Amino acid sequence: MKEKLIFDLSTPGRKAYSLPELDVPQVDLASLVPRDIVRQEEPELPEVSEVDVVRHFTRLSQMNYGVDTGFYPLGSCTMKYNPKINEDMARLPGFALAHPYQGEELSQGALKLIYDLDKYLSEIAGMERITLQPAAGAHGELTGILIIKAYHEYRGDFKRKKVIVPDSAHGTNPATASLCGYDTIEIKSNSRGLVDLDELKKVVGEDTAALMLTNPNTLGLFEEEILKIADIVHEAGGLLYYDGANMNAIMGYARPGDMGFDVIHFNLHKTFSTPHGGGGPGSGPVGVKNFLVPFLPRPTVEYDPRREHYYFDYDRPQSIGKVKAFYGNFGVAIKAYTYILALGGKGLKEASELAVLNANYLKEQLKENYQVPLDRVCKHEFIITPEKKVKEKGIHTLDIAKRLIDYGFHPPTIYFPLIVEEAMMIEPTETENKETLDAFVQALIKISQEALENPELLHNAPHSTYVSRFNEAEAARKPILRWKPNK
Amino acid sequence: MYPKNLKYTKEHEWVNLETKKIGITHYAQEALGDVVFVELPEIGVEFEAGDSIGVVESVKAVSDIYSPVSGKVVAVNEDLLDSPELINQDPYGKGWILEMEITGGEEELLDAEAYQRLIEEE
Repeated sequence: MKEKLIFDLSTPGRKAYSLPELDVPQVDLASLVPRDIVRQEEPELPEVSEVDVVRHFTRLSQMNYGVDTGFYPLGSCTMKYNPKINEDMARLPGFALAHPYQGEELSQGALKLIYDLDKYLSEIAGMERITLQPAAGAHGELTGILIIKAYHEYRGDFKRKKVIVPDSAHGTNPATASLCGYDTIEIKSNSRGLVDLDELKKVVGEDTAALMLTNPNTLGLFEEEILKIADIVHEAGGLLYYDGANMNAIMGYARPGDMGFDVIHFNLHKTFSTPHGGGGPGSGPVGVKNFLVPFLPRPTVEYDPRREHYYFDYDRPQSIGKVKAFYGNFGVAIKAYTYILALGGKGLKEASELAVLNANYLKEQLKENYQVPLDRVCKHEFIITPEKKVKEKGIHTLDIAKRLIDYGFHPPTIYFPLIVEEAMMIEPTETENKETLDAFVQALIKISQEALENPELLHNAPHSTYVSRFNEAEAARKPILRWKPNK
Repeated sequence: MYPKNLKYTKEHEWVNLETKKIGITHYAQEALGDVVFVELPEIGVEFEAGDSIGVVESVKAVSDIYSPVSGKVVAVNEDLLDSPELINQDPYGKGWILEMEITGGEEELLDAEAYQRLIEEE
């Protein structure tokens, strides 16, 4: 049965609330706000009973798919399992009921958590200080590039107009550069899928503000010449920005700070097991080397050992200012803090080890039935493409992804990075066992056979879901963004 | 697939040196998949060959359109704003993107045969 919209379940007079008697004098709304902004018509809110609401949303939730339901190998997104202890800690009343205006004296625990998380993340990244303010990854990028811009301008250097990004970069990198007023210069990767040093040397110069890079890159490959890359950019006076999307591959093994990066953003909602996607807000802390600390957003959290007191430091004249209300998505910081303490240094290293091992295991298992364009030891993710004979049947990566849904798996990232045609980007993460990985391999192998024997099955997939294949082009061309009453 | 009266670029744009119209090739529209949005330049703006003159967005990717020649934009295909699918349906006809007053930059262009060789290599 088709699930109706909640508006279509509406029956006049039904309600799911009961308000207490009004025990204060009633005031005319128009006496409180300008008359012309007081709504004249009733809003057409759905009129439904409590049981209608509960059943409607429970049914919707049962159609959902998340990492608590099954394997979710969405490349570059690190959809790892989020341990439930994180939720327990974030719900401790001292944290959950804290109010940002309750003052330093009553917030010492929360401030200590911010202060300690700064230290832990700094140690993991090889940076001097961290700000927890940015709300998610792209916001972290914006903050990081604004810091770089502030640094150049503070030195009176206004000639730096360009940010260099490789052609395998996340789309947010050029978008960030552009939002900060920079021109983006794209450089082509070499045949090994890495930054081409000669191409880099060609474009780098005294107008270079920064190079933005992910390491391992979006092909899941480690930029082996990162130290040379850093030298080239630094010699020209530019800075290095580390996009932390792929941090899950290197925790405890390699530090962006040691590679020569000056600024980094983390995605706590990827690497540090906090909810992701529809599950909650993100968090994109930004870390910097010592010489950039004065430019960090304010306030920072400091500790006065004499008074044994944590406090906000607003007296930071070179700061780029606040980038978010209060101190970032604090609830998310609690969960990441819990994760780091629960795993410890050894556990974080093991997480990265297993993430890399799982990816390499899958890659080897899939080699016979799929093409692996860059076939060597990968980090936490890798790319496959359909075999030529499959493509000749008119099967695209999109069809394979949709068919995976019928086998109970969330499809991997597809058509990214852009430099690999028909790319399917698989990131298993460390939290999956061998049985799950094997079942995923079997499904993909079965699909490659179906593609040859019964291509229509793939073209129309998924078949087992509440709704079948969407017309994605039409949805993008003529989106229907709101419900309108049938009158 | 690749009309002989057009000239081509390595970035998969075409230009008709008689009508001065510019668009993207059959190969480009096929690689992009269903085009869902096109960003057009303003009329009167001048470009050098190789400059980004607009953006095509498909369900798969967002790509820059690079100017095959140098010159000034004299017309843009406003039908694409409502019907971006014209690029998929008729890349050399109703899917044209803009018209330019050409001032130079034709030297680097490929003829149909050379362009076809290029995409066969890819």
